[in-house]
Order: sequence, then structure tokens, then C-alpha cells
Amino acid sequence: MSAAYSTGLPAVIRGEEAYRAAQRQKRVQAALGAAILLACLLAAAWVSEAHPATLWAGLPRIGEYFSRILPDLRWASLFADAETEGSIAFWLYRLPEWAWLIFETANMAALATLMGSAAALLLSFPAARNIAPSPLAFHLARRTLEALRTVPEIVYALIFVWAFGVGPLAGILAIALHSAGANGKLFAEAIENADLKPWEAVRAAGGSWGHGCRFAVLPQVLPNFLSYLLLRFEVNIRSASVIGFVGAGGIGEELYKVISFNYYEEISAIVLLVILTVACVDLLSERLRHAAIGRLEAAR
Amino acid sequence: MLEIEGLTRRFGAKTAVDGVSLRVPAGQMVGVIGRSGAGKSTMLRMLNRLTDPSEGRIRFEGTDVTALRGRALRDWRMRCAMIFQQFNLVQRLDVLTNVLVGRLNRRPMITSLLRMFTAEERAMALAALDRFDLAETALQRADTLSGGQQQRVAIARALLQEPRIILADEPIASLDPRNSRIVMDALRGVNREGITVLVNLHDLATARDYCDRIVALNAGRLVFDGPPEELTAKRIREVYGVSEEEFAEQAAEAVGATARHVAVPA
Repeated sequence: MSAAYSTGLPAVIRGEEAYRAAQRQKRVQAALGAAILLACLLAAAWVSEAHPATLWAGLPRIGEYFSRILPDLRWASLFADAETEGSIAFWLYRLPEWAWLIFETANMAALATLMGSAAALLLSFPAARNIAPSPLAFHLARRTLEALRTVPEIVYALIFVWAFGVGPLAGILAIALHSAGANGKLFAEAIENADLKPWEAVRAAGGSWGHGCRFAVLPQVLPNFLSYLLLRFEVNIRSASVIGFVGAGGIGEELYKVISFNYYEEISAIVLLVILTVACVDLLSERLRHAAIGRLEAAR
Repeated sequence: MLEIEGLTRRFGAKTAVDGVSLRVPAGQMVGVIGRSGAGKSTMLRMLNRLTDPSEGRIRFEGTDVTALRGRALRDWRMRCAMIFQQFNLVQRLDVLTNVLVGRLNRRPMITSLLRMFTAEERAMALAALDRFDLAETALQRADTLSGGQQQRVAIARALLQEPRIILADEPIASLDPRNSRIVMDALRGVNREGITVLVNLHDLATARDYCDRIVALNAGRLVFDGPPEELTAKRIREVYGVSEEEFAEQAAEAVGATARHVAVPA
């Protein structure tokens, strides 16, 4: 405090005092927040029975499972045909079927992402607090998005399998609904961070609410939307490979079968294929995003 | 002494700054004028090394600025503070922290990332703000201030760098006449304290009123260098081939400002 006082300037001293008061208040708030957070964490751990002892006891068994599902590959016969034990071909003996199922899974994810994000795009504008046309529309859009994303995909999938029968269509619809809810929230938040000066100008020029969304907001948030869409695509590949557990298409059915029959080596084969697919999508989406953002910037 | 030799910058096929040579003694206030695309901004940005030159050399008291990298380059940037047309404050941070950004280069990494500054530095920042009548706003967010206030905060930030040179790129192009005067007076004030000031201006009258020396650029080349008295209307016509009024309009267009000469009468 001496530094401020030694300047002898009343405004500087007042400023330092105000800074210290604000700092004190911030510290109290931070300490209070940390205490509440810690209490909540402990309560959550207690309710969900996440005891450190259980965690510690179970850890080695994770390693055990992994060592079981690892393939038995032998160097001498690594590149032999599918009949020889210890070869890659023997490990991946059903590669053609799996490859097709994974391709189907990726297509389910792509379709679901597009459908879900299209719905999210429409709902996100009324769900953005800063530009919502009315409180009613805002709450309606928000609550719809919440309902869409809080119901687990697997529950939707069960309903749609019951309605449309076993197959990918049920999976696509289930994932699309969840994507709409999840992306709608992210889209709406991107809109809430947008600069509203262009919006005022469009409205002041006699443009409608829709014009404002299209011309003042969309150009600002489009790169964000694209990032969220591609991220959602990756997440959906994962979802699509699990949703088959309830008969909604894709690689999931096969994965469920090999897990429940304890075909250990096949589990690792399928998981590896899924990881490879997600890695490919990641590489591809990165390029796609840069290309698309480049074109967006050029089109401005 | 700041020495510039044959400074050139090309963007693709376009040459923005073309072989400019200049010697600026310590403590001078230099106004740089020119029309749209004359290369004023590129030249100033090259001095701070925000833009790298394609050719040529910048020397400051014997040090070759063009060769600096890493820590040495950041130290150079601290010593030649930059002021921008759009103020470039962090809108979501409070005014005090914005001013303390000028101290970052002198702080250890960890404490500065935690926004920890010493009481002396806070006193410096508050005193700098007080000098421009802004001490009361120290804890407000930067986006609550008017344009003129924001530019004064930016000057306070520059002063906390304890710079040898201040580079001001169109500091008043986004301000109204009254705030322009306040900001130019502030720049002139710090210049009187011994800091060299290079200021890009679109307005000839301001340059004449405030600067010891005027440098004019046209299409990247230096076309005039001398005291303001020598830059007469006749000389403008010789150098640019247009009248002073036309020059004013074209220069103002470059920064999106309204020329003072053609402004709506009050």
C-alpha cells in the first residue's frame, strides 16, 4: 500500500483502496466457491459410491482385461493366411464383414449429424437469449433442446426399434434427436457471444427477425457451427457403434455379441477398427474445416 | 537514434513500403502522412516487428532490430510501444489490468499468468490513468469506456512499458475532434518527456499542429521529409499531384474517418 501512498496522488490512493476492497471481496467469493465445490464433489462421490479403496482394488483388473483381449500374435507367422494361428489375418478373420459394418456405422453417424444439426440450426436462434423473438419462444426452444439431449440415445433407440423394427433407421433417428439437443445448445451459446451491432443495423434497416439471423448473426457464427458439427460427427461415430447393442444397426450388434460371448480377441479387433475410423474422420474433418472456413472467409 | 535503411515490404506482387530510409533523433515527434495504401501502417508495424521487412535494416542505437528474435525481440517491442487505431484493449478485462499488460514483459511467467502484479506497478498504472483523468475507471471493464477514454487507456498501457519510442498508428482516426485533441495532447505531452513519437496521421492540419517533422509517403516511397512549415499547399500539389483538400479526402478514406476539411459544419 505504501507504493500508492508514496505517490501522494489522492486518485491513485483511492484507486489502490478500491482495488484492495475488490480483491478482498473476490478472495472471499473464491474461497466460498471452492468450499462449496469441494463439498459437492465429496457428496457426489459418497452418493455414487466412488470410494478410493474400490478404485484402487479394481485398477489391476483393468490391466488384466486388456491383456485378455490382446491378440495372440506370433512374429514367425505374422503375415500368414487366416488359417494360421498368430497371424494378423487370423486375428482380423472377419475383416470384410466388420469393415462393411463400420462403413454402415459411419454413414449412420453422418446422416444423424446432418439431420440433428439442421434441427439444431433452426432451434438455436430462438434459443439464444440475446436475439430470441419472445420469452415464450426462448423458453420453448430451450426446453425442447434440453428434452432432446437429456434423454439417453439408447432410450430413443429402444423406442424407434419398437416402432420401425431392428435396423440402422432407428439408430439414425435416435442419434439425430440427441445431436439436435446437444448442438442446439452449443449453437445458441455461440450466437449469444456474437456481436449485436450488425443485428441492430439490419433491424434498423427494416429487416425481419429472420433477416437479422441470416445476415447479421449467421455469417459471424458459421465457423463455430462448423467446428461443433464436425466434433459432433466424431462423437456420433462412437454413439453409432454402441447403439447397435439394442439392435439399432451398425457395428454395435457385432460388438455386443463378441463381448457377451467373451470372444476376447475379437473385441480388441473391433475396438481397434473403431479407433482407426475415428482417427481417419479426425484427419478428414480437420481438412474439411480449414477448407470450408477458408471459403467462408473468401466469400465475405 | 532510430535509423531505417532501404526498408521494403512486399505482399505478393504488391510493394507496400519501397526502400524507405529515415533517421529519427531521440525525442522527436514525427508525423507520417500519406493517402490510402501509402504504406504508413506497414512501416510502423515493421518498426515494432509486428510485420517483418522483406528488405532493409532498422537500427536503434547501434542494435540491429531486424535481426532480433525471441527474448531480445520481445524486449525491443517493450521499448517501442504501439498504439492502434482501434485501441486494441482487451474488452472483457478491467481497465487496470489492461494498463498492466504494459508490464508483462518484465514479469516472471507464472506470476504474470496469475495476474499478480506488485503494489509499485499498480501505483504506476493508477498514476498513469490519473494523468489522463481515468483513475476512477480502473476497476471497470474496458468496454464500458468511450472511444476517447479507451485510447487514453491504451496510451497509459504504452507508458507502463517505459518505452523509448511510441509508435501510434492512426490514433485519432476513430475519434471525434474533441477526443482527438485530448489524445494528441497526451502524445505531445509524453513526447516532451523525452519519448520519441512516430505517429501516422490522415489529417494534415493535426500533423502540422503537433509534429516537429513531417514525413510523407506515396505508394510506399518517401516523398517528403522536413519541418511542417515546408509542407505547404504548393508542396502537397507537387508531391501528390492533387490539392490539399483532395489529399485530405483521400487520406481520410484510407482509415474510414471523415476529413476535417470536408466535415459537416458545426
